[in-house]
Amino acid sequence: MQRIINFILSNRNTFLYAVLLLFSLGLTIRSHSYHQSKAFNSSKWITGNIYETSNGITSYFNLKKENNSLIKENRSLRKQLFNSKPINVIELDSSKIDFEIIDAKIIKNSFSSPRNYLTLNKGKKHGVTQDMGVITTKGILGIIENTSNNFATVQSILNTKSNINAKIKNTDYFGSLIWDAKDYTTVQLADIPRLVPLKVGDTIVTGAMSSIFPENIPIGFIKKFDLNASQSSYNINIQLFNDMANIKNSYIISNKNRKEIIELEARTDDAQ
Amino acid sequence: MLNNIYILNSIRFTLLVLVQVLIFNHINFIGFINPMAYIIFLYWYPLRENVSIFLIISFLLGLTIDLFSDTLAIHTAAIVTIAFARPVIMRFCFGANFEFQGFTFKNTTSVQRMTFLGLLIGLHHLVFFSLELLSFSHLLLILKKVLLTGIATFIVSMLISSLFAKEIE
Repeated sequence: MQRIINFILSNRNTFLYAVLLLFSLGLTIRSHSYHQSKAFNSSKWITGNIYETSNGITSYFNLKKENNSLIKENRSLRKQLFNSKPINVIELDSSKIDFEIIDAKIIKNSFSSPRNYLTLNKGKKHGVTQDMGVITTKGILGIIENTSNNFATVQSILNTKSNINAKIKNTDYFGSLIWDAKDYTTVQLADIPRLVPLKVGDTIVTGAMSSIFPENIPIGFIKKFDLNASQSSYNINIQLFNDMANIKNSYIISNKNRKEIIELEARTDDAQ
Repeated sequence: MLNNIYILNSIRFTLLVLVQVLIFNHINFIGFINPMAYIIFLYWYPLRENVSIFLIISFLLGLTIDLFSDTLAIHTAAIVTIAFARPVIMRFCFGANFEFQGFTFKNTTSVQRMTFLGLLIGLHHLVFFSLELLSFSHLLLILKKVLLTGIATFIVSMLISSLFAKEIE
């Protein structure tokens, strides 16, 4: 016993190193297959507030550009509004609305690592919960992963763990949107069968299979496609509409029916 | 006041974390190069301090940066590794006499110091990017990132260390 204790004491730094390394490796590897850790993410009070302060200073430099893009969005929304068929009754009863929108500022962006997360300045207090969709004026951004009282982290579509249902616009061919970690302007669409007629430039939008995003939110357009190794489906490269390096404002979408959908799906799975 | 080693290192710790997460993490030069200048904390850290405490401080430094960058514990794993390997790297760079009482950074050549910093950065980046991608199919991408980010980190660290040259004991 004495010998064992002596051995441990004489090599205590090696043991300390092993413990610290195992701790960090455990955290890292677990997160590769599962959700981001609850305890270590930037939605926490201190990190969130430091990012918020820093963002409060730097956001002034982009005000002009941001205003322009918001005006542009307003213009296109107005155009849609004026050209749509007149609706006689405008629904004011909020219980009949399916999707709720929460606006949020992006206080930390990241796009250079294989697993990118963003931080938003809205949290539980504003009704944000895990697995809500996040979009910008141009297209989709990601899914809420963790929330604290005032902040939330978003798993970006530029994340190798991300997997979002997407389809080719005006058709019902859908696949899953993934990212190969190589280029932050390009994502990949997998599982589109060989029979589907494709053209470079076709628009890709979110599909109806997800309870997170509403259907037909723009994602990007086809840049390049070829058949995969087994010749049965396409590998499609998609150029994103969003400039992921330059985003400031976002909208969080909460689907009021999501709980019901998930419960129903769980019950169906159990029955099988 | 700055002569107190605890205060000096606490200030360094805080400033390096803030500079890293607020500036260097958002440089994204040619899309992906973000220099990791916080490694200079290990380069500056006193030579003859308790190794266990040094390991724990490095661990905390890595964890703080991970917390901000949402990278879980990749920075932590990399920095703990180089903190552990630091004595070996030092013996390699400065010869056996670095363990003597009279040894300081002053009586080493600048080439020796640059090798020391370069090896710290190289090992750190190798561990960091291997863990970040965690796949052998991306081997070329890993090497590319290690090399390019390593050069950027090296240049930035050299600049910072020459800017605050007085602080090196």
